[in-house]
Amino acid sequence: MLNRRTLLAGMSFGGILVSTRMGLAQDAMYIPLISKGFQHQFWQAVKAGADQAAAEFGVNVTFEGPDTEAQVDKQMDMLAAALAKNPAAIGFAALDSQAAIPLLRQAQDAGIPVVAFDSGVDSDIPVTTVTTDNLAAAGMAADKMAELIGGTGKVALVVHDQTSRTGIDRRDGFVNRIGEAYPDIEIVDIQYGGGDQLQSTEITKAILTAHPDLKGVFGANEGSAIGVLNGIKETGTQGVVVIGYDSGKLQKDAIRAGEMAGAITQSPVGMGYETVKAAIAAVNGEALPKTIDSGFAWYDASNIDDPAIAAVLYD
Amino acid sequence: MTATDTQQGSKPRRPASGAQQKILAFASLIVLLMFFSVASPNFLQTGNILAILQATSVNGVLAVAATLVIITGGIDLSVGTLMTFTAVTAGVVLTYWGLPMPFGIIGAIAMGAFCGFISGTLVARLKIPPFIATLGMMLILKGLSLVVSGTKPIYFNDTPSYPALSTGSLIGKLFPSLPIPNGVVILFVLAMVISWVLNRTTLGRYCFALGSNEEAVRLSGVNASGWKVAIYALAGGICGVAGLLISSRLNSAQPALGLGYELDAIAAVVIGGTSLAGGRGSILGTIIGALIMSVLLNGLRIMSVAQEWQTVVTGAIIIAAVYADMLRRSRAG
Repeated sequence: MLNRRTLLAGMSFGGILVSTRMGLAQDAMYIPLISKGFQHQFWQAVKAGADQAAAEFGVNVTFEGPDTEAQVDKQMDMLAAALAKNPAAIGFAALDSQAAIPLLRQAQDAGIPVVAFDSGVDSDIPVTTVTTDNLAAAGMAADKMAELIGGTGKVALVVHDQTSRTGIDRRDGFVNRIGEAYPDIEIVDIQYGGGDQLQSTEITKAILTAHPDLKGVFGANEGSAIGVLNGIKETGTQGVVVIGYDSGKLQKDAIRAGEMAGAITQSPVGMGYETVKAAIAAVNGEALPKTIDSGFAWYDASNIDDPAIAAVLYD
Repeated sequence: MTATDTQQGSKPRRPASGAQQKILAFASLIVLLMFFSVASPNFLQTGNILAILQATSVNGVLAVAATLVIITGGIDLSVGTLMTFTAVTAGVVLTYWGLPMPFGIIGAIAMGAFCGFISGTLVARLKIPPFIATLGMMLILKGLSLVVSGTKPIYFNDTPSYPALSTGSLIGKLFPSLPIPNGVVILFVLAMVISWVLNRTTLGRYCFALGSNEEAVRLSGVNASGWKVAIYALAGGICGVAGLLISSRLNSAQPALGLGYELDAIAAVVIGGTSLAGGRGSILGTIIGALIMSVLLNGLRIMSVAQEWQTVVTGAIIIAAVYADMLRRSRAG
């Protein structure tokens, strides 16, 4: 029994050792990034940008985030573990900025600069915030929607959630822009699908059933946009303009195939890159602006392969 | 380790080798601690150990609740979202109604016990299988949390002392070198109390008896359904404690949180040697199981193991723990 137990223990530790990245330079600056998520392509693209900066500037970067964006407490545990490693600086995308403040204060007391990314932290602790201007970006989506449906008709929104900053900003950015510039466009429904493709599909089908004369739908993040596409496909609806957000292979394919009119892309790669770059600058005592825009752009079938656009899209 | 234990004595039919499983789990915990201490100088620092304990507190309390139900041969999938719902209840009482803190505490625990009572009634009186009944409750409570909170986090800014419930440290005030957060103390005190209930009270005795042979309990003229409802209600009340801990730690009731937490709790219970078939288990084992899970996760993070591998290793440990338990049992039997 003892032997078997030792064997089991040995196996698990073997796994740990194999997966530990050996040979990290001991003296290099260490910067952990605590993100809002991990497995979505968007966050993987942020990670790719961070890794790119790490290689370029010769620093060590790790990247972690909870399984879902609701797990505020798990994110706190990750932040606590990151602090225990005495990092040079920390990159942090807060799920709930209030909940994080005690730990961020701890970082501040230890002289560890915090760079906020993706969404801001309601506090003066972060030295800067690297983020997309979601209000302006969603406003641009509204302009494109108006242009594509000829400035009149019914549109609907499928949004990922009504509690997160990005969900609120993208919804409000779109709704406000329609409200102030396009009096003939009516927003008939705003539904929330948790960014879940299947749930967003069902929502879209329900909206299409309720409003057969719908002209367009805006999906406010990757999962929502894919759901909208699925819903339209499953009901066999024709002629509804779909505008998405972010990229990912399915959205890119849909845009190439003409099923989706186009989408707003943030620059997740740029976000990861700028976060690490700002963290290094902060460690070196350089002055930083209050916010650093990581950028956004409209893309459709006409410019999807432009090098400048292709560089910020992810699969 | 503070939780007293060994559920010997009152029930002779309980396997005598329960202690062995706990020694095994405890040994694994020690091995893990030693391994990570050697692997990284940052692991065995006071701040990090406190972070591990803090991270264990919520899952530990949920796992204690899950242990009770699992010993009866049932399963409670609603512990995570019930925790959230009780956190929202505390938010409503303290922030929306502006009542003093004790009302929030009582309200959360009472709401937890009430929801547990409903789950128990569904299982024991309406004979709905526990998996289905608590799956339904899980979804109902997830939805109600969103409805009641208006889908927004409820902050406790009007109750400035609320965060101290979990993150403050009474022990640290007495012994400044030992700033153990209150949440951790609450977990251990609760574990001791529930351990006592399981091993020294009628409720505890029927908990094991229902899991071993419910029919025999019924035939011996005992109100089996009544006791089962009581056990589910007690578990629900414990989820209320978890709701208080998590919301005071986050200084907010997060209505969208909670789904998936039941699986972490069940994993801790299983690692601790409680049988999913019912009739066998201990609170001490569950606490060790919860500690193993958070030590493992924290240690892997400290070692900068890539996140995808952290998940793989955690899964492997759960399987290894249960397999080791089965080996032991086949030898004992």
